[in-house]
Amino acid sequence: MAHAPVAHHEAHGAHHVEQSFWNKYVFSTDHKMIAMQYMFTGMFMALIGGFMAYAFRMQNGFPGMEVPGYGLVSPNEYNALITNHGTIMIFWVAMPVLIAAFGNFLIPLMLGCDDMVFPRVNRLSYQIFLLSAIVILASLFVPGGGFAGAWTAYPPLSAKAQYNLTGLGSTLWLVSVALEFVAFLLGGINFVTTAMNARAPGMKMYDIPMVVWMIVVASILFMASVGPLIAGAVMLFMDQNVGTAFFDPDRGGDPILWQHLFWFFGHPEVYVVLLPATGIVAEIITVFARKKLFAYKTVLYTVFATGVLSFTVWAHHQFVAGIDPRMANIFTVTTLLISVPIAEMMFVYIATLYGGSISLTTPMLWALGFIATFLLGGVTGIFLGASGADIYLHDTYFVLAHFHYTFFPIAIIGTYAGVTYWYPKMFGRMLNETLGKIHFWGTFISFNCVFIPLFYTGMAGDHRRIWSYELYPELFTPDLQAVRAFASIATVVMLAFQPIFIFNFFWSLRRGPKAGDNPWRANTLEWQAPSPPPHGNFAELPRVYRGPYEYSHPDRKEDYWPQNAQA
Amino acid sequence: MSAARPIATTRSAAGLPTGRLAVWWVVASEVVIFGGLLASYVMHRLAHDAWAAQAAHTNMWIGAFNTWVLLTSSLCAVLAHKAAEAGDGRKAAKLIGLTMLGGITFIIVKAFEWTNEIHHGFTITSSTFWSFYYTAAGLHGLHVIAGVVIMGIVAMDARRNLELHRVELIGIYWHFVDIVWIFLFPLLYIAK
Amino acid sequence: MAEQAHASHEVHAHPNYMKVYWTLLALLCVSVIGPMFGIKAVTIATAFGVAAYKAYLVAKNFMHINVEKPFISYLVLTVVVFMFLFFAGSAPDVMKKEGTRWVKPSWVAGTAHAAPDVHGSEHAPSH
Repeated sequence: MAHAPVAHHEAHGAHHVEQSFWNKYVFSTDHKMIAMQYMFTGMFMALIGGFMAYAFRMQNGFPGMEVPGYGLVSPNEYNALITNHGTIMIFWVAMPVLIAAFGNFLIPLMLGCDDMVFPRVNRLSYQIFLLSAIVILASLFVPGGGFAGAWTAYPPLSAKAQYNLTGLGSTLWLVSVALEFVAFLLGGINFVTTAMNARAPGMKMYDIPMVVWMIVVASILFMASVGPLIAGAVMLFMDQNVGTAFFDPDRGGDPILWQHLFWFFGHPEVYVVLLPATGIVAEIITVFARKKLFAYKTVLYTVFATGVLSFTVWAHHQFVAGIDPRMANIFTVTTLLISVPIAEMMFVYIATLYGGSISLTTPMLWALGFIATFLLGGVTGIFLGASGADIYLHDTYFVLAHFHYTFFPIAIIGTYAGVTYWYPKMFGRMLNETLGKIHFWGTFISFNCVFIPLFYTGMAGDHRRIWSYELYPELFTPDLQAVRAFASIATVVMLAFQPIFIFNFFWSLRRGPKAGDNPWRANTLEWQAPSPPPHGNFAELPRVYRGPYEYSHPDRKEDYWPQNAQA
Repeated sequence: MSAARPIATTRSAAGLPTGRLAVWWVVASEVVIFGGLLASYVMHRLAHDAWAAQAAHTNMWIGAFNTWVLLTSSLCAVLAHKAAEAGDGRKAAKLIGLTMLGGITFIIVKAFEWTNEIHHGFTITSSTFWSFYYTAAGLHGLHVIAGVVIMGIVAMDARRNLELHRVELIGIYWHFVDIVWIFLFPLLYIAK
Repeated sequence: MAEQAHASHEVHAHPNYMKVYWTLLALLCVSVIGPMFGIKAVTIATAFGVAAYKAYLVAKNFMHINVEKPFISYLVLTVVVFMFLFFAGSAPDVMKKEGTRWVKPSWVAGTAHAAPDVHGSEHAPSH
């Protein structure tokens, strides 16, 4: 096999070239630095998306009142807030943090190589991503304000400025999303190629840590699904700015076409963000239960099956849009089918925990929180997947609560799980456990207090994307409004707990206890490198002798067995 | 500088060189981009018999000529790959130059074709048929231009016998662009 | 520089590229002649049949997909199948001109091909 690389690298790891500030932090091609760039950008965008949620939830819970720190929320501003909240959270928080940041940081380390296979393309993909972030932020400040046509951007609302009232904003929105797609296409190619080709000698397919598989499959799903939406975005751009009629039924187009183009991507997209979070959880529960993953191959094949199936369910977002009811039947069947592999993955995780020696560290709390809330979110999806029930539930807050019960575990809980787990490796310091636990419970409990009431209001008939229910007398009862207000207050509480994490994060950078190479006593290769790893990652590129989850092996004295340990 | 080629790039656990693996992934993601656009076009075209009246105005002979141009340029691209594999960088560079010439010819012909069509009143907003026509061919044309630019860069290196493996890689991309046109030709020019 | 050392790049036998080229040209001629018969079925069969075969020839002989690792073929085939899947899932809706409670005005009126409309105004469907 490839012995030569292991031999002639020796000088490589000991690279002590003094780099200028610009080369080290801004123009770096080192995957770890690029990971940090994505992570910090994503976290910054999360503050913006979170602030937007604060503003519109205050309006929803206390209509007509001036929102402290924002002012009065006008109807179109409300639309712009919810649109950009959704768009930012998915494209500029979940994807960059879960895929780009963790993927960039972990993949080369976990595979035992020194960087991504295309470091300069890696840098380019971040630069394009940064540009896309700047464009979407700029869109909020142009005349008319940010795009106000919902993150799903259905035409004709999204195509005609006279309807969405945000002509310039809607074009910039489209451009920024397109740029983000390009950035992730480039990044995805890097990840997939690296994972396929650059593995350490001895690392077979089934020795690859689950999180790497998940991120790679997510990248493949993204690459295979985003094409039609890119085509659609080009068409929408033309409808907005050139006067074409791709989606205008008055002139030979079809608005439903946009919906199909969007959701053909939109559905696999949720698995694109789900899989990395699930992978992160797999790493954490095995380490903190000191137990091997219950059924590695099953999970793996389940992931492949989910990936393929995810391409066959998309029109469940369109059940009441006027699609052919016979197609609705087909999509109901496939949608209900896809719940099976995902539930199965969760059960495998529970089986992994069963009988394990569990330590409830902060990362473990987040991982368990993920399993609990994601399961809840997933089962509520079953109601929506059945086209009959969806006739009532579509476009109500039930849907909204469902997808927040899935997206929040994915994007927020998954992120916190990953950050608290890998922080020692990234920065060489330990986070404060007490602060971590306070942050966890504060966030977790308040999160449930926000969204469980919204299931209730959704079933009561609360339509989505409504600036104020004052216009709906039968919904604007004191009881229902009290529930909405409760959810809004819970939102404020939830946001108020986040500074604890921010403080913990930055304070521990300097004042946290120094972490060793492997504070969690884990098996995967990133823990066999220094904390933080230097340029080149490993002093000597490792060779792999076993799988990643050999915990509590009966023949061993230690309860863990690193992948590269020879004995 | 930190741009030294990492060890990772030289490994090939999957059994093929990293560069080629990456280009195939690029091709796969491009298939879905064009596939989405063309599928959308086909759906509309099949449902709008009346579009035949518009489609009659595309010039099949120009389309056929352009198809010939791209096929020939693909031939040059693969001959360049053969030369590069034999280590003959100068020959490969010359053949890439011919490929580029084909691409440029294609664009020039298209420019004349479109100018002519616009003069006759068939603009991008005339009818949704024309919207698709210009968008699909335009997106393809952008890929042709991008391909020509990258080929120029590869040829400059190849002429000095550097990075010869990239000749094959840009070739694969170019053949894909050719294949997209192979389908665009009947869709836009023949099926009337 | 060292990249060819490890890559299992089989220096494969090159097919006769000129022969493939002439075949492609001949096929191009067939696809151009096909419509001249005036029979729709013939036109479609020659146009798209030829296109499919030409694409196959280019993929096989120019892109060497047949000597590549098999998963490359699976990958390309899979994404192509996904495109058919997209068509199958969307066409039943996009190709309809009216449904239970909706209608596409210009589709029903048959004016979807609308005469050249210089400003592309969105209100009056040119009738």
